Amino acid sequence: MKKRVLAVLAASALAATMMPVTAFAGEDDLITVGYAQVGAESDWRTANTESFKSTFTEENGYKLIFDDAQQKQENQIKAIRSFIQQEVDYIVVAPVVETGWETVLQEAADAGIPVILSDRMMDLADEDLYTCWVGGNFVKEGETCADWLAKYLEEQGRGEEEINMVTIQGTIGASAQIGRTEGVANKMAEHPNWKMLDMQSGEFTQAKGQEVMESFLKSYDDIDVVICENDNEAFGAIDAIKAAGKTCGPDGDIIVVSFDSVKAAFDSMIAGDLNATFECNPLHGPRVAEIIQKLEAGEEVEKVQYVDEAYFDTTMDLESIVAERAY
Amino acid sequence: MKKDRRKLDGNSFLLLITIALFVVMYIVGVILFKDQGFAKTQNFLNLFISNAGLIVIAAGMTIVMITGGIDISVGSVVAMVCMILAWCMEKAGWGAIPSAIFVLTIGLVFGLVQGWLVAYLNIQPFIVTLAGMFFARGMTAVISKEMISIKNEMFLSWAQCKIHLPFGGYVNKKGKLIEPYIYPSVIIALVILVAIFILLKYTKFGRSIYAIGGNEQSALMMGLNVKKTKLKAYILEGFLASVGGFLFCLNTCSGFVEQAKGFEMDAIASAVIGGTLLTGGVGNVFGSLFGVLIKGTIEAFITFQGTLSSWWTRITIAAMLCFFIVLQSIFASAKEKNKK
Repeated sequence: MKKRVLAVLAASALAATMMPVTAFAGEDDLITVGYAQVGAESDWRTANTESFKSTFTEENGYKLIFDDAQQKQENQIKAIRSFIQQEVDYIVVAPVVETGWETVLQEAADAGIPVILSDRMMDLADEDLYTCWVGGNFVKEGETCADWLAKYLEEQGRGEEEINMVTIQGTIGASAQIGRTEGVANKMAEHPNWKMLDMQSGEFTQAKGQEVMESFLKSYDDIDVVICENDNEAFGAIDAIKAAGKTCGPDGDIIVVSFDSVKAAFDSMIAGDLNATFECNPLHGPRVAEIIQKLEAGEEVEKVQYVDEAYFDTTMDLESIVAERAY
Repeated sequence: MKKDRRKLDGNSFLLLITIALFVVMYIVGVILFKDQGFAKTQNFLNLFISNAGLIVIAAGMTIVMITGGIDISVGSVVAMVCMILAWCMEKAGWGAIPSAIFVLTIGLVFGLVQGWLVAYLNIQPFIVTLAGMFFARGMTAVISKEMISIKNEMFLSWAQCKIHLPFGGYVNKKGKLIEPYIYPSVIIALVILVAIFILLKYTKFGRSIYAIGGNEQSALMMGLNVKKTKLKAYILEGFLASVGGFLFCLNTCSGFVEQAKGFEMDAIASAVIGGTLLTGGVGNVFGSLFGVLIKGTIEAFITFQGTLSSWWTRITIAAMLCFFIVLQSIFASAKEKNKK
């Protein structure tokens, strides 16, 4: 029995120490940043993570403590509590959900640690609980899209023509859906000849996008433009258009535009199916670093900070752009 | 009588290993991350703060596992409880207290239905609670697909009521005095844990549960009402699932469909690491507590280390589960030998 006890104790000690851990030496001059990331659910997210990892390096004077929450809010709350214990200088959070952050942010505030939000907003009663928010400007993305359409139609000599549009919206209530719908609507007023026939949610998925487009094609026989509020919906819509015996893209009957600019969207443009895609830039790292430098210098920062965003259409040299893109 | 002693020894030995493992792991953490504040009192308390709900749910899971059953619906029940709480307070305009009583009642009813199906219709607990799991998750989505944020003042005051402890305070590098604190949820969880411990160890009901799990046939022949005891065990467990959900909600303050996914598996893993046998008859709620604390410590390791993928938590728990299952089977076969 005694031998077995010893063996078991030795094994348990082994189990405890086998985790690959490395101790850190004192790094007093580095700025410590804890980043509570949502997860790794998409290419966009991975690019976002990489942007933080490549920005907050020791060469740049930072130490990054990264935590992947695996899409779970409770994991993010734990991570933030752990950051507080580790006395990080700044906490960055890309919240999984918008709600339920008061308690833990209050703990951070009590410890005097500034919190910067990335990508998604938080629904808080007290806005002072976070320092600022960094992310994409969805309204501007929508406006850029409408401006591009105006220019494109002009070039085709259809500037004055009656244009029938449909929108496949994102998941209703998502900030990307609200912002992009609003952005396009803002510009619709400038073009009285544009007519929005219908808007329905494709829930940001390819399958649902296809379904919605099928029903649009049955209800309306003269659709000129399809606005998809993310790339995946556009892929579904393109399938539906082709299945209905119509054509799309720069040489087709129907103009298809979408948002996000994931890699597959470039493939679709190269194949001549998609007309343009409007970027939702995941590279938040450099902008957050800029904010932290300002805060370190004791400067005030703006509460809402947008990252720069571009768009891509078939007139560009897409192959070389794709080769350079991080996601 | 002699055999009984041996069996007890084996079980408390398993519990001791779990506790020793936790202590060793924690000390390793303190040594490795001493510059980062792993040794702080608050870091230890955070294990309880962040896992208060899981502690209660693992205790409930232990009860049904001792009867030889299982409940995989608890994760979904937690999500449903959070959603109903949020919906009642934010959409229906109820007060915090009626909402809390309402969800606890739902937990009881949920346990009653599942327990009745298991005990009186003799359906496999896995299948019954699988249905329960789908039902609860589905109901959560039916109530609201959108997230609901809880803004009820009384509820938030429960959630944010810091109870400061009179020791272990320190001044952090920003010059703020940080006193260790816990939330009411921690106290509720620990009180329930002790109550369940007493219930299992010192009441007729508690001992019947062990007897049924050990050998249902002989329990029946001893004149125990097996069906009724099982039903009661599931009712209690359903109630504890809703209490756990309530505590979970105090931590997250919101209702959302995707909440607490995989929570049931965390509870089962904690119970097994704590020495509960899946075959029934053996288990201890304090073991499950340490199972939860071990999981929390591994998570703390990962965040303190800062560059590892958080999926290492799962991998390490997998390794530990294997370790404990092998250990349990060694003890079981040793017991067999003794019988001969």
